Amino acid sequence: MVPLSYYLVLSGILFACGVAGFLIKRNIITIFMSIELMLNGVNLSFVAFAAHWHALAGQVFVFFVMVVAAAEAAVGLAIIIAVYRTRETLNVDQVNLLKL
Amino acid sequence: MINVHLVLFLAFGVIALAGAINLLAQTHPINSALSLIAVMAALAGEYLLLGAEFVAAVQVIVYAGAIMVLFVFVIMLLNAGVEEHTRGSRVAVLFGIPGMLLGSLLVAWVVLRHSGTEAVAAGALPGAPKTIGPLLFHEFLLPFEITSILILIAIMGAVVLASKPPTAPPPIPGSAAIPGPRKVN
Repeated sequence: MVPLSYYLVLSGILFACGVAGFLIKRNIITIFMSIELMLNGVNLSFVAFAAHWHALAGQVFVFFVMVVAAAEAAVGLAIIIAVYRTRETLNVDQVNLLKL
Repeated sequence: MINVHLVLFLAFGVIALAGAINLLAQTHPINSALSLIAVMAALAGEYLLLGAEFVAAVQVIVYAGAIMVLFVFVIMLLNAGVEEHTRGSRVAVLFGIPGMLLGSLLVAWVVLRHSGTEAVAAGALPGAPKTIGPLLFHEFLLPFEITSILILIAIMGAVVLASKPPTAPPPIPGSAAIPGPRKVN
Protein backbone atom coordinates (compact mmCIF):
# COMPACT_ATOMS: atom_id res chain seq x y z
CA MET A 1 0.00 0.00 0.00
CA VAL A 2 1.47 3.29 -1.09
CA PRO A 3 -0.29 6.57 -0.30
CA LEU A 4 -1.42 8.66 -3.24
CA SER A 5 0.65 11.59 -2.04
CA TYR A 6 3.91 9.70 -2.65
CA TYR A 7 3.03 9.35 -6.32
CA LEU A 8 2.09 13.02 -6.49
CA VAL A 9 5.37 14.10 -4.92
CA LEU A 10 7.34 11.94 -7.37
CA SER A 11 5.31 13.37 -10.24
CA GLY A 12 5.94 16.91 -9.01
CA ILE A 13 9.67 16.33 -8.71
CA LEU A 14 9.83 14.92 -12.23
CA PHE A 15 7.89 17.93 -13.54
CA ALA A 16 10.22 20.29 -11.68
CA CYS A 17 13.24 18.53 -13.17
CA GLY A 18 11.68 19.04 -16.59
CA VAL A 19 11.12 22.74 -15.94
CA ALA A 20 14.68 23.14 -14.66
CA GLY A 21 16.08 21.38 -17.71
CA PHE A 22 13.97 23.54 -20.00
CA LEU A 23 15.40 26.65 -18.37
CA ILE A 24 19.06 25.76 -17.87
CA LYS A 25 19.85 23.62 -20.90
CA ARG A 26 21.28 25.25 -23.99
CA ASN A 27 21.01 22.42 -26.50
CA ILE A 28 17.69 22.55 -28.32
CA ILE A 29 17.34 18.75 -28.39
CA THR A 30 17.87 18.50 -24.63
CA ILE A 31 15.28 21.23 -24.14
CA PHE A 32 12.87 19.06 -26.10
CA MET A 33 13.67 16.08 -23.92
CA SER A 34 12.92 18.19 -20.85
CA ILE A 35 9.44 18.85 -22.26
CA GLU A 36 8.96 15.10 -22.62
CA LEU A 37 10.03 14.71 -18.99
CA MET A 38 7.36 17.21 -17.93
CA LEU A 39 4.72 15.30 -19.88
CA ASN A 40 5.81 12.08 -18.19
CA GLY A 41 5.48 13.64 -14.76
CA VAL A 42 1.93 14.72 -15.58
CA ASN A 43 1.12 11.24 -16.88
CA LEU A 44 2.20 9.72 -13.57
CA SER A 45 -0.22 11.90 -11.64
CA PHE A 46 -3.00 11.07 -14.14
CA VAL A 47 -2.53 7.36 -13.54
CA ALA A 48 -2.20 7.80 -9.76
CA PHE A 49 -5.46 9.76 -9.62
CA ALA A 50 -7.15 7.20 -11.87
CA ALA A 51 -6.21 4.49 -9.40
CA HIS A 52 -7.19 6.62 -6.42
CA TRP A 53 -10.66 7.53 -7.66
CA HIS A 54 -11.26 4.22 -9.46
CA ALA A 55 -11.89 6.14 -12.66
CA LEU A 56 -10.44 4.60 -15.78
CA ALA A 57 -10.85 7.86 -17.70
CA GLY A 58 -7.56 9.02 -16.23
CA GLN A 59 -5.77 6.25 -18.09
CA VAL A 60 -7.48 7.25 -21.33
CA PHE A 61 -6.22 10.79 -20.85
CA VAL A 62 -2.72 9.38 -20.65
CA PHE A 63 -3.16 8.00 -24.15
CA PHE A 64 -4.21 11.38 -25.44
CA VAL A 65 -1.19 12.97 -23.76
CA MET A 66 1.00 10.37 -25.44
CA VAL A 67 -0.56 11.15 -28.84
CA VAL A 68 0.08 14.85 -28.36
CA ALA A 69 3.64 14.10 -27.24
CA ALA A 70 4.26 11.99 -30.33
CA ALA A 71 2.88 14.67 -32.65
CA GLU A 72 4.88 17.32 -30.85
CA ALA A 73 8.07 15.28 -31.07
CA ALA A 74 7.63 14.68 -34.80
CA VAL A 75 6.94 18.32 -35.66
CA GLY A 76 9.48 19.67 -33.17
CA LEU A 77 12.30 17.48 -34.40
CA ALA A 78 11.49 18.49 -37.97
CA ILE A 79 11.74 22.13 -36.88
CA ILE A 80 15.08 21.36 -35.21
CA ILE A 81 16.36 19.83 -38.45
CA ALA A 82 15.21 22.90 -40.40
CA VAL A 83 16.86 25.25 -37.88
CA TYR A 84 20.08 23.30 -38.01
CA ARG A 85 20.03 23.36 -41.80
CA THR A 86 19.80 27.14 -41.98
CA ARG A 87 21.92 28.11 -38.96
CA GLU A 88 24.39 25.22 -38.49
CA THR A 89 23.96 25.31 -34.73
CA LEU A 90 21.88 23.69 -32.02
CA ASN A 91 22.65 26.26 -29.34
CA VAL A 92 19.55 28.26 -28.51
CA ASP A 93 21.66 31.28 -27.56
CA GLN A 94 22.75 31.60 -31.17
CA VAL A 95 19.25 31.21 -32.55
CA ASN A 96 18.12 34.74 -31.83
CA LEU A 97 16.84 36.02 -35.14
CA LEU A 98 13.44 35.29 -36.57
CA LYS A 99 14.69 35.71 -40.13
CA LEU A 100 18.13 35.20 -41.55
CA MET B 1 6.84 -7.03 7.67
CA ILE B 2 8.36 -5.55 4.57
CA ASN B 3 5.90 -3.75 2.38
CA VAL B 4 6.74 -5.05 -1.09
CA HIS B 5 4.60 -2.47 -2.83
CA LEU B 6 6.33 0.40 -1.07
CA VAL B 7 9.75 -1.08 -1.76
CA LEU B 8 8.98 -1.41 -5.45
CA PHE B 9 7.59 2.13 -5.54
CA LEU B 10 10.74 3.48 -3.92
CA ALA B 11 13.01 1.47 -6.22
CA PHE B 12 11.31 2.68 -9.39
CA GLY B 13 11.04 6.19 -8.00
CA VAL B 14 14.74 6.34 -7.22
CA ILE B 15 15.56 5.12 -10.74
CA ALA B 16 13.26 7.73 -12.25
CA LEU B 17 14.69 10.53 -10.13
CA ALA B 18 18.27 9.49 -10.83
CA GLY B 19 17.51 9.47 -14.54
CA ALA B 20 15.87 12.88 -14.39
CA ILE B 21 18.79 14.42 -12.49
CA ASN B 22 21.25 12.73 -14.82
CA LEU B 23 19.38 14.27 -17.76
CA LEU B 24 20.12 17.68 -16.26
CA ALA B 25 23.71 16.88 -15.33
CA GLN B 26 24.92 15.44 -18.62
CA THR B 27 26.23 17.76 -21.28
CA HIS B 28 26.06 15.47 -24.28
CA PRO B 29 22.54 15.04 -25.67
CA ILE B 30 22.91 11.31 -26.28
CA ASN B 31 23.58 10.74 -22.56
CA SER B 32 20.52 12.82 -21.72
CA ALA B 33 18.43 10.79 -24.15
CA LEU B 34 19.54 7.49 -22.61
CA SER B 35 18.75 8.71 -19.10
CA LEU B 36 15.34 9.83 -20.30
CA ILE B 37 14.75 6.28 -21.55
CA ALA B 38 15.61 5.03 -18.05
CA VAL B 39 13.08 7.47 -16.57
CA MET B 40 10.37 6.23 -18.92
CA ALA B 41 11.10 2.56 -18.19
CA ALA B 42 10.94 3.25 -14.44
CA LEU B 43 7.66 5.10 -14.90
CA ALA B 44 6.29 2.06 -16.74
CA GLY B 45 7.07 0.10 -13.56
CA GLU B 46 5.16 2.66 -11.52
CA TYR B 47 2.18 2.30 -13.83
CA LEU B 48 2.25 -1.45 -13.30
CA LEU B 49 2.18 -0.87 -9.55
CA LEU B 50 -0.90 1.29 -10.03
CA GLY B 51 -2.65 -1.47 -11.95
CA ALA B 52 -2.42 0.26 -15.32
CA GLU B 53 -0.88 -2.56 -17.27
CA PHE B 54 -1.93 -1.39 -20.73
CA VAL B 55 -0.63 2.12 -20.08
CA ALA B 56 2.66 0.60 -18.93
CA ALA B 57 2.97 -1.41 -22.15
CA VAL B 58 2.14 1.61 -24.29
CA GLN B 59 4.60 3.70 -22.30
CA VAL B 60 7.41 1.31 -23.16
CA ILE B 61 6.38 0.84 -26.78
CA VAL B 62 5.47 4.41 -27.73
CA TYR B 63 7.54 6.57 -25.41
CA ALA B 64 10.68 4.58 -24.73
CA GLY B 65 10.47 2.95 -28.13
CA ALA B 66 9.17 5.23 -30.83
CA ILE B 67 9.64 8.76 -29.52
CA MET B 68 13.07 8.22 -28.01
CA VAL B 69 14.28 6.42 -31.12
CA LEU B 70 13.23 9.55 -33.02
CA PHE B 71 15.27 11.67 -30.62
CA VAL B 72 18.35 9.46 -30.84
CA PHE B 73 18.01 9.40 -34.61
CA VAL B 74 17.96 13.19 -34.81
CA ILE B 75 20.92 13.47 -32.44
CA MET B 76 22.90 11.15 -34.70
CA LEU B 77 21.66 12.85 -37.87
CA LEU B 78 22.71 16.32 -36.73
CA ASN B 79 25.91 15.02 -35.11
CA ALA B 80 25.14 16.98 -31.96
CA GLY B 81 28.18 17.62 -29.83
CA VAL B 82 28.81 18.61 -26.25
CA GLU B 83 26.73 21.55 -25.12
CA GLU B 84 28.49 24.86 -24.76
CA HIS B 85 28.14 26.52 -21.42
CA THR B 86 26.92 30.06 -21.19
CA ARG B 87 26.81 32.18 -18.10
CA GLY B 88 23.43 32.57 -16.53
CA SER B 89 22.28 35.65 -14.71
CA ARG B 90 23.27 36.06 -11.07
CA VAL B 91 19.78 37.12 -10.03
CA ALA B 92 18.45 33.76 -11.14
CA VAL B 93 20.93 31.95 -8.90
CA LEU B 94 20.35 34.27 -5.94
CA PHE B 95 16.59 34.14 -5.97
CA GLY B 96 15.76 31.16 -8.12
CA ILE B 97 17.33 28.36 -6.11
CA PRO B 98 15.99 29.42 -2.67
CA GLY B 99 12.63 30.17 -4.24
CA MET B 100 12.51 26.79 -5.91
CA LEU B 101 13.44 25.01 -2.66
CA LEU B 102 10.83 26.98 -0.73
CA GLY B 103 8.14 26.31 -3.33
CA SER B 104 8.86 22.60 -3.53
CA LEU B 105 8.88 22.26 0.26
CA LEU B 106 5.54 24.06 0.42
CA VAL B 107 4.03 21.83 -2.25
CA ALA B 108 5.39 18.67 -0.62
CA TRP B 109 4.01 19.76 2.75
CA VAL B 110 0.58 20.52 1.33
CA VAL B 111 0.44 17.28 -0.65
CA LEU B 112 1.70 15.09 2.17
CA ARG B 113 -0.36 16.63 4.98
CA HIS B 114 -3.49 18.00 3.41
CA SER B 115 -4.47 15.54 0.76
CA GLY B 116 -6.28 12.27 1.08
CA THR B 117 -3.58 9.75 1.81
CA GLU B 118 -5.61 6.72 0.97
CA ALA B 119 -3.52 3.84 -0.12
CA VAL B 120 -3.45 2.61 -3.68
CA ALA B 121 -3.63 -1.14 -3.58
CA ALA B 122 -1.67 -3.25 -6.00
CA GLY B 123 -3.84 -4.21 -8.92
CA ALA B 124 -6.81 -2.31 -7.46
CA LEU B 125 -7.80 -1.01 -10.83
CA PRO B 126 -8.19 -3.25 -13.84
CA GLY B 127 -6.31 -1.41 -16.53
CA ALA B 128 -6.36 -4.27 -19.00
CA PRO B 129 -7.02 -3.55 -22.69
CA LYS B 130 -10.39 -5.28 -22.29
CA THR B 131 -11.60 -2.52 -20.01
CA ILE B 132 -9.73 0.37 -21.63
CA GLY B 133 -10.99 -0.43 -25.12
CA PRO B 134 -14.75 0.15 -24.64
CA LEU B 135 -14.01 3.40 -22.79
CA LEU B 136 -11.75 4.62 -25.57
CA PHE B 137 -14.06 3.66 -28.42
CA HIS B 138 -17.41 4.61 -26.88
CA GLU B 139 -17.16 7.43 -24.37
CA PHE B 140 -14.05 9.02 -25.83
CA LEU B 141 -14.82 8.33 -29.47
CA LEU B 142 -14.83 11.98 -30.59
CA PRO B 143 -11.48 12.87 -28.95
CA PHE B 144 -10.07 9.66 -30.36
CA GLU B 145 -11.07 10.64 -33.90
CA ILE B 146 -9.78 14.17 -33.39
CA THR B 147 -6.40 12.81 -32.35
CA SER B 148 -6.25 10.92 -35.63
CA ILE B 149 -6.62 14.25 -37.45
CA LEU B 150 -3.94 15.71 -35.16
CA ILE B 151 -1.57 12.89 -36.05
CA LEU B 152 -2.27 13.41 -39.76
CA ILE B 153 -1.50 17.13 -39.48
CA ALA B 154 1.68 16.33 -37.53
CA ILE B 155 2.81 13.92 -40.25
CA MET B 156 2.25 16.49 -42.97
CA GLY B 157 3.90 19.22 -40.93
CA ALA B 158 6.96 17.09 -40.26
CA VAL B 159 7.30 16.17 -43.93
CA VAL B 160 6.96 19.79 -45.04
CA LEU B 161 9.35 21.14 -42.41
CA ALA B 162 12.06 18.54 -42.74
CA SER B 163 12.03 18.21 -46.52
CA LYS B 164 14.91 19.77 -48.37
CA PRO B 165 14.21 23.21 -49.81
CA PRO B 166 14.02 23.20 -53.60
CA THR B 167 17.37 23.96 -55.08
CA ALA B 168 17.69 27.24 -56.93
CA PRO B 169 17.55 26.96 -60.73
CA PRO B 170 20.88 27.27 -62.52
CA PRO B 171 21.71 30.87 -63.39
CA ILE B 172 20.86 31.95 -66.87
CA PRO B 173 24.03 32.77 -68.86
CA GLY B 174 24.48 36.48 -69.21
CA SER B 175 22.57 37.43 -66.11
CA ALA B 176 24.95 35.96 -63.56
CA ALA B 177 25.54 39.34 -61.96
CA ILE B 178 22.02 39.44 -60.53
CA PRO B 179 21.72 36.92 -57.74
CA GLY B 180 18.36 35.25 -57.39
CA PRO B 181 16.33 35.43 -54.21
CA ARG B 182 17.78 33.23 -51.54
CA LYS B 183 15.60 30.28 -50.71
CA VAL B 184 14.96 29.96 -46.99
CA ASN B 185 12.60 27.31 -45.79
